[in-house]
Amino acid sequence: MKTAARRKSYGVKGAPYALPSPTTTLKRARSAPYFFLVPATILFALFFALPIGYAVWLSFHKVKVSGLGLGAGARKEVWAGLENYTAAITDSELLDSALRVLGYGCIVVPVMLGLALLFALMLDAEKVRLAPFARLAIFLPYAIPGVVAALLWGFLYLPDVSPFYFVLDKLGLPQPDLLDGGPLYLALSNIAIWGGTGFNMIVIYTSLQAIPAEVYEAAKLDGATPLQIALKIKIPMVAPSLVLTFFFSIIATLQVFSEPTTLKPLTNSVSTTWSPLMKVYRDAFGTGDIYAAAAQAVIIAFVTLLLSFGFLRATNRRNKQEAAG
Amino acid sequence: MPNAKRRRLSRVTATVVAVTLGGTALAACGSSDEDSEAQSGPVSLTYWTWTPGMDKVVDLWNKGPGKKDQITVTVKKQASGDTLVTKILTAHKAGKAPDLVQAEYQALPTLVSNDALADIAKNVGDAKSKFADGVWQQTTLGTDAVYAVPQDIGPMMFYYREDLFKKYGLTVPATWEQFAQTARALKKKAPDLDLTTFSANDSGLFAGLAQQAGAKWWTTSGDKWQVGINDAATKKVAEFWGGLVKEGAIDNQPMYTPAWNKALNTGKQIAWVSAVWAPGTLTTAAPDTEGKWAMAPLPQWSQSDNVTGSWGGSSTAVTTDSKHKEAAAKFAAWLNTDGDALNALAKEGGIYPASSSAQLSGAFTAPPAFFSNQPDFYNEAADIAKTTAPSAWGPNVNVAYTTFKDAFGAAAKNKSDFTVALDEMQADTVADMKKQGFEVSE
Repeated sequence: MKTAARRKSYGVKGAPYALPSPTTTLKRARSAPYFFLVPATILFALFFALPIGYAVWLSFHKVKVSGLGLGAGARKEVWAGLENYTAAITDSELLDSALRVLGYGCIVVPVMLGLALLFALMLDAEKVRLAPFARLAIFLPYAIPGVVAALLWGFLYLPDVSPFYFVLDKLGLPQPDLLDGGPLYLALSNIAIWGGTGFNMIVIYTSLQAIPAEVYEAAKLDGATPLQIALKIKIPMVAPSLVLTFFFSIIATLQVFSEPTTLKPLTNSVSTTWSPLMKVYRDAFGTGDIYAAAAQAVIIAFVTLLLSFGFLRATNRRNKQEAAG
Repeated sequence: MPNAKRRRLSRVTATVVAVTLGGTALAACGSSDEDSEAQSGPVSLTYWTWTPGMDKVVDLWNKGPGKKDQITVTVKKQASGDTLVTKILTAHKAGKAPDLVQAEYQALPTLVSNDALADIAKNVGDAKSKFADGVWQQTTLGTDAVYAVPQDIGPMMFYYREDLFKKYGLTVPATWEQFAQTARALKKKAPDLDLTTFSANDSGLFAGLAQQAGAKWWTTSGDKWQVGINDAATKKVAEFWGGLVKEGAIDNQPMYTPAWNKALNTGKQIAWVSAVWAPGTLTTAAPDTEGKWAMAPLPQWSQSDNVTGSWGGSSTAVTTDSKHKEAAAKFAAWLNTDGDALNALAKEGGIYPASSSAQLSGAFTAPPAFFSNQPDFYNEAADIAKTTAPSAWGPNVNVAYTTFKDAFGAAAKNKSDFTVALDEMQADTVADMKKQGFEVSE
């Protein structure tokens, strides 16, 4: 009580005559951060750690049916050990889907980021006409939900209903089947590039805007052309955002799901296990083996983590080397 | 300061109110648990269904027989088919499945094997007598139990463009051999047109065709399941369609796409192997062709046969989680056998009733609007429905169906051997059953 009373008058009369007991303050100061962390920790535990924990738990179990499996008590959940994991790793379908996504990523990531960088540099150049309009026009597809975009493009890819094919037909030009074989990768990549370029462009463009004008002025005084400024100043200075967009794009590629799932009913070429996440979805909700699906999900998460951290570490190391050199 | 204090106080009050409300809600749940089997007092049931307009049919119950028995049913609209099975199983895992669910016939073994459906044999009275044996048998899984009451059925039929058949001088095929000849004849006369397509995106169609040929995909002997997906009958069907695709006599693109709709609407495809519900699909897919279609029995494997398969159809089941199984079964029986209920179901939901007596009354005395040119549409449909072959579903139809889509999709695309795809379907289905621990013999 004494401390409280003293603290109340603290500062009122203008003189720091009575410091509160040091131990109490220290204790409070130490516990305060934990106190503030409580809500976040609870939310994290409930909506993040718990579901992940449950998925991991599921991945080590399987269902065991006895006899015909009809009626009560015929189905039990039993310990499976690493069975689901070995099955997932040796599953050729999962590997094939990973390879397909690798091929898809090899098209999407370079093309999308290349275009995003190009557009950002063009918008950042001096004397651009209609810049706000162009910026919005390039960004707009990002605002369209992935499923809607895939449906829209899917209709345009179907020869019998597509206006493109109609025009090609009238002009007597060849009409490739975009929903089959190799062109299918282009068709799927196109949807992702169309939707994702705008977002990446904005990220790069924003960091371009943050470069101080003096730098350009100095370059111009030294006689640099706009192209030289772009290549030698702008691109190196936005490298961190390029790393960031690359990082996001890799994760998005590994998780591709809605575009191929939406195109699937339109063609025989997209199987239910086209991408790794589609395989997880099929096993969980199509064939009802939630345990195998959990194990595959854990593996995919692990690979994603490994790739992300590997990439971040590699770029960090390079940055440090550059700083040292 | 006073403001802040008041705010804090009001938040405390809000929390207290919330907790109290939660408490009463819990208490309410608890009390409804207690009067479970006693059947005293009012009972309220939840019903998961995808049939459009079901709420209006249920209103008839709530205002009529339900009011008398104090049983109120609430409809919760759901996604159809396999999606709902997954949802029911998930809810059942948490012990919170609704009292009543709509389930397709092929999903019943999966649901029963997960112990999600209650045996209502004692509560459905003489419902059995209202249905054809082949239909009723699907709800018993060959046991003494009854796991559902049949609601609608989908006997398969052959639909064709009457005008275009005349134009190209084609006759309606009575056998599959004639069907193949018709397809070839059309290709010769009009190379741009196709008789129909083989679609790999609806497993139910292929299952129905196999069923017509006499396939028995799942059977039991003693404590063992027997899986015969690649049995001789199904192989015959796979070879037949695979051959037509390979020689280019029919198309290989999937159904239900914008391209398919256009092909039907513009007469690029002039026939469709489908089921009794086809008029509804054609109305939306090919609106410009009203009055130009006709329906005939499915082609047969031999002249002397008269048998069809089914594609679609569903039942009403009571879950093991229900606290009022008796009341729920009573409603399920009323819904699918009462004349008024079935009339309303046909009118509001557009279903073709499983109950034999309802197939020729009420909504089914006149042909569907799209087929006004065929006045005896439903008489013929009822006759065809009587010839439905028995079906044999197992506990992992979902696995077989999923494998079908991938294996047959690839085979249709590559125009390769369909029997290889069929063997894959068999192998995957058996492997899944063994993995789950079922006793299986091939």
